[in-house]
Amino acid sequence: MPNVITANRLTDGVVVYLASNGQWSEQIANARVADTDEETKALEAEAENAVRERRIVGAYPMPIALRDGAVDPLSVRERIRAAHRTTLTKDWYDVPL
Amino acid sequence: MYRYDEFDHAFVRERVAEFRDQVERRLSGALTEEEFRPLRLRNGLYLQLHAYMLRIAIPYGVLSPRQLRQLAYIGRKWDRGYGHFTTRQNLQFHWMKLVDVPDVLAALADVEMHCIQTSGNCVRNVTADPYADAANDELEDPRPWCEILRQWSTLHPEFSWLPRKFKIAISGAAEDRAATAFHDIGLRIVRGPGGKNGFRVLVGGGMGRTPYVGQEIRSYLPKEHLLSYIESILRVYNLFGRRDNIHKARIKILVNQLGIDTFRDAVEADWEATHKTAIDLPEDERRRIMSYFAPPELPEQPARDGALAARRETDPAFAGWYKHNVLPHRVPGYASVVISLKEPGRTPGDASSDTMDLVADLAERFGHDEVRVNYTQNLVLPHVARTDIPALYDELAAAGLATGNNELLGDMICCPGLDYCNLANARSIPIAKEIAKRFEDPARQELIGDLRLNMSGCINACGHHHAGNIGILGVDKKGTELYQITLGGSPKDDAAIGTIIGPGFRAEAVPQVIDTIVDTYLEHRDEGESFLDTWRRVGAAPFKEALYGAG
Repeated sequence: MPNVITANRLTDGVVVYLASNGQWSEQIANARVADTDEETKALEAEAENAVRERRIVGAYPMPIALRDGAVDPLSVRERIRAAHRTTLTKDWYDVPL
Repeated sequence: MYRYDEFDHAFVRERVAEFRDQVERRLSGALTEEEFRPLRLRNGLYLQLHAYMLRIAIPYGVLSPRQLRQLAYIGRKWDRGYGHFTTRQNLQFHWMKLVDVPDVLAALADVEMHCIQTSGNCVRNVTADPYADAANDELEDPRPWCEILRQWSTLHPEFSWLPRKFKIAISGAAEDRAATAFHDIGLRIVRGPGGKNGFRVLVGGGMGRTPYVGQEIRSYLPKEHLLSYIESILRVYNLFGRRDNIHKARIKILVNQLGIDTFRDAVEADWEATHKTAIDLPEDERRRIMSYFAPPELPEQPARDGALAARRETDPAFAGWYKHNVLPHRVPGYASVVISLKEPGRTPGDASSDTMDLVADLAERFGHDEVRVNYTQNLVLPHVARTDIPALYDELAAAGLATGNNELLGDMICCPGLDYCNLANARSIPIAKEIAKRFEDPARQELIGDLRLNMSGCINACGHHHAGNIGILGVDKKGTELYQITLGGSPKDDAAIGTIIGPGFRAEAVPQVIDTIVDTYLEHRDEGESFLDTWRRVGAAPFKEALYGAG
């Protein structure tokens, strides 16, 4: 099962994903996909470096599906995290990130 | 209300400076996340799904307008313009940035507020009857005792690293409006020998994955011994409570493993062996703290108001709101007013910064400068002249804050759930909103009558589902959110833990499930019976049959 690496940014806690360019992106669409265990381990090693560099906290691999080439989180929890908002899109207070 | 003295001011400012330094050291790399985590938790700062969450202590649920305005300001400046009132009478901001938190704590300190004891394995913010000093069934104001416990417990060297968190609630009224039976220690002020007030002490209550109703450890404790006796309970817990398993570390597990009699013997032995007089509060100090809670001056008002009566006659919406959200006061001509944060369509317990500002204004104009937070996630103006009630209602109605559903089905307790919380297994807010929509018609809620519906997004039970007449617990079953229903719980004097009625339901089915349960109740209830009365009389069978079919 393919994985991406996700974490929270240290300074503000915002959900981020390890991107193809080695940066940490708020957009799951930019996430680098690991297709094998070895690739996942390599991304985890990059994440550990980012933890040491105090860019992120709490990194972990997150299983995803690829639908028409787009990264799709499998769990409700990860869909909510990827949306950077609650599910309350019609709420009076819900404002974009 | 309690005012900080010089010690309080200095102590809170020192904590702000200390945390600012800790954040700087975290950002500079001097502290790892593992080292920093317990430090931030001791300042109410969690890392959740989308951001950091800051939990602000509102001691015994009491706020001044100035404090509420400051919370509104913090919400606007450093969060997203709203906060969430919790079942511990606290306020959570869910979109905090770590780099901002020291400034937020400084802004809180400006109005005598902080986040101490809102997290960690310590004695947490003590909760109380939200109608303290206002209710007409009150024996004694519990707030000074909450404050005494707060001062005693803050930085208590022996109890700063307990096996697990520790929650205390105090009620001084005939009716328990603080869910005292579901606390590690529940205190009820009662009349004792010679007519002297003291405490009935319950111990070992709690929710979570192993719910228990608290048991009586002492039917009457003279007030002057509160600190020494509570200290003995905590000492026994601190010594014998488990630290090897987080799920078995609360005092409820210890009490129920030892049995209440053995636990009581251990407490009494410790109490006898320690020097009560060295620990109990000196009378002068007790009087000093009591003086901060002097009742507000309430000018004499007519006990009945013609205009109010006429409005009730002519305005059904007002009459409906008045019936449920205006509560009797100890002083004739006054009432306590519940400001519902449960308008259908909104997240239960959430308040925008604009709402906070408005309620602060209304508390100044109509409420003798006091606001309370109740554990059912609403706001209360405890002292309102009855002649002011129509004008207050009009202001609330214009802001969408005049939903007359206090203690009705729509007055749901609801935790933030999977929309925000790292621990949650399932969403609770969207379910609450769908249920609210289903029962939006006030006439239907009126027909149903008082009914406590509580919902939690995980077994930690922040939404008190165990104590709901109807409880909803969100679980994760192989990646699908599933909702388990419990029936028959009660947070009041007849405290009870709800019974799981059967297999769980998918999210989209839950509103219909609640509808079916309510219809079954209405079908079976005898005249004047509450939901609990009917449940206790007819048992689970008709509800099971209605939900799952015969056999």
